[in-house]
Amino acid sequence: MDDSGRFVARHVATLPKSGIRDFFAIVSKMKDAVSLGIGEPDFVTPYHIREAAISCLEKGRTSYTDNRGTQQLRDEISRYVAQYYGPEYNPENEILVTIGVSEALDILLRAVLNPGDKVLYHEPCYVSYAPSVTLCHAVPLPIRTLSSDQFALDPAALRAAWQPGAKVLVLNFPTNPTGGTADRAKLQEIAKFAIEKDLLVVSDEIYSELTFDGDHVSIASLPGMRERTVFLHGFSKAFAMTGFRIGYACGPVAVIDGMLKVHQYGIMCASIISQEAAVEALRNGRDSMLHMRDKYRERRDFIVRRFNELGLPCHLPRGAFYAFPQVSGTGLDSMTFASKLLEQQKVAVVPGTAFGAAGAGFCRASFSTSYERIHEACERIGRFMDTVQKR
Amino acid sequence: MNSVLKLILEGESLDTAQIGKILGMGPDAVERELADLRRQGILLGWRPIINPSYEAERRVRAVIEIKIRPEGLGGFDGLAERISAFEQVESCYLMSGGYDLLVVVTADNLYKVAGFVHERLARIDGVQGTSTHFFLRAYKKDGFIVNDEGLRRDQPSVSP
Repeated sequence: MDDSGRFVARHVATLPKSGIRDFFAIVSKMKDAVSLGIGEPDFVTPYHIREAAISCLEKGRTSYTDNRGTQQLRDEISRYVAQYYGPEYNPENEILVTIGVSEALDILLRAVLNPGDKVLYHEPCYVSYAPSVTLCHAVPLPIRTLSSDQFALDPAALRAAWQPGAKVLVLNFPTNPTGGTADRAKLQEIAKFAIEKDLLVVSDEIYSELTFDGDHVSIASLPGMRERTVFLHGFSKAFAMTGFRIGYACGPVAVIDGMLKVHQYGIMCASIISQEAAVEALRNGRDSMLHMRDKYRERRDFIVRRFNELGLPCHLPRGAFYAFPQVSGTGLDSMTFASKLLEQQKVAVVPGTAFGAAGAGFCRASFSTSYERIHEACERIGRFMDTVQKR
Repeated sequence: MNSVLKLILEGESLDTAQIGKILGMGPDAVERELADLRRQGILLGWRPIINPSYEAERRVRAVIEIKIRPEGLGGFDGLAERISAFEQVESCYLMSGGYDLLVVVTADNLYKVAGFVHERLARIDGVQGTSTHFFLRAYKKDGFIVNDEGLRRDQPSVSP
């Protein structure tokens, strides 16, 4: 018998497992399932970017790099962020290349949180936010966002959720899983509140290029925010580079220095191959990115229309590649809806509760898949809805 | 671009009912749209793209570069249209550069291609010379990578 559990730290032992994992275990055993559960682009990395990685290997460039990332990549990131987001970051000491935004968020929280500090974030949200906070012996303070607001963060709700001891506010627009975005006016109010309460803002903008309607605004570009914001971004979604595991953080010198300490002891540096591919993506990847964005937008319009026709109310997500239909009208909770849909019609969607309590009553359906699959999934969901509603 | 045409060109195998659902039109409207595209000579037709190593597809393919002397009223067009009419000819293009027509032909075997070149092409008045190249192996065909082995094999079917 394995009794090694006694060695596992209390805060890890009590950490809930990701709900998505359990679901994945069921889907992966099922044949002919149509999955709308995939949280990554269905496009293959554009060839010119893959070719840059091949060329890096051919040239024998297989060493460690500077802990912060190669000079070339940091220069490109600095240029790209200034051009498309506004703030200018010094490649020498304000940019750190990481193993995706996941690492960036983890080392950032570890660099700034003392035990007992509190972290505000909006829910439903990406699965790692609350656990990453807990792993730092800090306290997660979720703020509920609502379908009626298209899952944008209501500044009044932020104010209401604030507690003494709150140090960090994590934002993620466009949001996984809701596709929620925040316009300039909302961000200005949020920024004002962050300044009033002296919060460090962590802005995860991984889906920002995939904004379909209106312009993406980074909170880091608002007056007074650059000095209290860490801008997190990466290549996975916009350039379909999930497997490259490459991202970056831009922020004020002292915070980036803190992150650098955690990064250099824990990680050393991101893979040089991925860094060289990332340079190519920033230099020449814009056309491919825009092409993929157009495809996502077309698929979004289709899936959202179909969900609404099928009696699953769904707001039009302004960004990312997820639809977040409300399933509570069926009388089923999100987990039951997803399980029965999988069992009866072999369609996988992710229960909203996997993204926090605020996701109850919803499911996440990714439209990062072919028209053929989206069409087939919607036909099956239609059949499922017939059986549910007949009861 | 016409939205129906755009969907067809994306290479997914969708029938008219599926296309209709995606574009929010009835299948009849899609059929009408397709009929219009054909009438206008925009959509010439469609056929499946088959892996060339599939047995029924194992025919000989060749490209033939042809030099022609445009004479008479028909000029280049007259000769090109005559050559295009042969059933062996899959495609025929007028080219810039060292030769004039590029013709793709398929036949059951090498001798039939050879026969086509010397018995048909060479006898046409105005054909000055030909250069025939046989296809050895296909790596990509009409936008599809041939022998695309499970590109995304390890991708999890559900991920955060």
